[in-house]
Amino acid sequence: MSDITPSQTVGPFFAYGLAPHSRCDWKPSDTYDWKETAGANLVTPDASGTKVRIEGRVLDGDGMPINDAMLEIWQADAQGRYAHPRDSQTRPNTKFMGFGRSATDKNGVYSFDTIKPGPVPGPNGKAQAPHIVFCIFSRGMLRQIYTRLYFADEAANNSDPILTLVPQDRRGTLIAHKDMRGDLAVYRFDIRVQGDGETVFFDV
Amino acid sequence: MALVFPKESLGAFPKHLSPDYRSTVKRSPSKPLIIVPHTLSELTGPVYGHNAVQEGDADLTKQHKGEPLGERIIVHGHVLDEDKRPIPDTLVEIWQANACGRYVHNVDQHPAPLDPNFTGAGRVVTDKKGYYRFITVKPGAYPWGNHHNAWRPNHIHFSVFGHSFLSRLVTQMYFPGDPLFPFDPIFNSVTDEKARQRMVSSFDLENTIPDWALCFRFDIVLRGREATPQDTDKH
Repeated sequence: MSDITPSQTVGPFFAYGLAPHSRCDWKPSDTYDWKETAGANLVTPDASGTKVRIEGRVLDGDGMPINDAMLEIWQADAQGRYAHPRDSQTRPNTKFMGFGRSATDKNGVYSFDTIKPGPVPGPNGKAQAPHIVFCIFSRGMLRQIYTRLYFADEAANNSDPILTLVPQDRRGTLIAHKDMRGDLAVYRFDIRVQGDGETVFFDV
Repeated sequence: MALVFPKESLGAFPKHLSPDYRSTVKRSPSKPLIIVPHTLSELTGPVYGHNAVQEGDADLTKQHKGEPLGERIIVHGHVLDEDKRPIPDTLVEIWQANACGRYVHNVDQHPAPLDPNFTGAGRVVTDKKGYYRFITVKPGAYPWGNHHNAWRPNHIHFSVFGHSFLSRLVTQMYFPGDPLFPFDPIFNSVTDEKARQRMVSSFDLENTIPDWALCFRFDIVLRGREATPQDTDKH
């Protein structure tokens, strides 16, 4: 039996500590004066690849917006490399870290500005389709929930080793669809925590 | 060192649905989670160095012109993996109510005073031995709307990263002997008594500073242990 420290909810009041410049209902001017450790903009000036925005709402079992959630994302760079020692691929000398954090606003909306990730190594030497790992925290969640965002315009989704483990009728909940806003590709990814159209969450 | 992150280690974690904590009722997945293997995407995770924090970020009593009101305390400990090896260079963030039990957050409507000299946010990166140390004031208990006469025990919120996105942990540190423990559905969402005690700090007389501050120790154990030959056989 392991004796790891149990998880507890992030609660409703994390914003001033963990997401001080994010979309929290904070006054004055909805931000807070504490330096941000990680924000919702992952793009570094030296990062190569396609800039994209990820945007969506987080909804509860009644379809009501969750206005006090915190979302964290973790992803590879445009060449499919993680900024972590366990990824043995040679990384370019860039500052792109691949980690972001966004709170939701009063409408349950979050967003990230990032670089579209490349395909990354998967089990048994097979590549995984480009994806972003999401980790969601909120009041009312005693432990985080994990999901993944896949991009609708990737043919590799059909053979992705993780996506193919998801029952076909629920895979759509993990697919973000592209909408051009001027020159910017915006991928829409709503997260339904419970109920109709419930997002697939992973037991990891 | 190739760490593995067995799911069995999460056995003492709270269930997503824990109805005594009412907010879980509409905010917990109702469909079974999909079981998937760990890939490079989960086995990696953000790495923060010492440039993530600034001098003074770990002292919550020195962020304003004057000193905050309340009982000055030191909170320190080690961040460890499941093999009890230290996790060096990992980010630890905290946030808490002030000594009156009031958060700076504007959604907090508890009619207790704000303290102009206390924000309640801090962060630090562990040293080579996995050690961290904060100076703060003891947070007060505060009421909340979960049920009639509901009060949260005194606690400090902790956010820790560790070796991968799987070791990511958000938890709460409690204080020993709190009379509110039996009545708090968040604390009791961890149903195993021993596991609950792992969220309770211990009074650390030895590291108390005479005439200045009491000290509490809180060690944090994150997911991740060395793979054994048996683990390797599975793949």
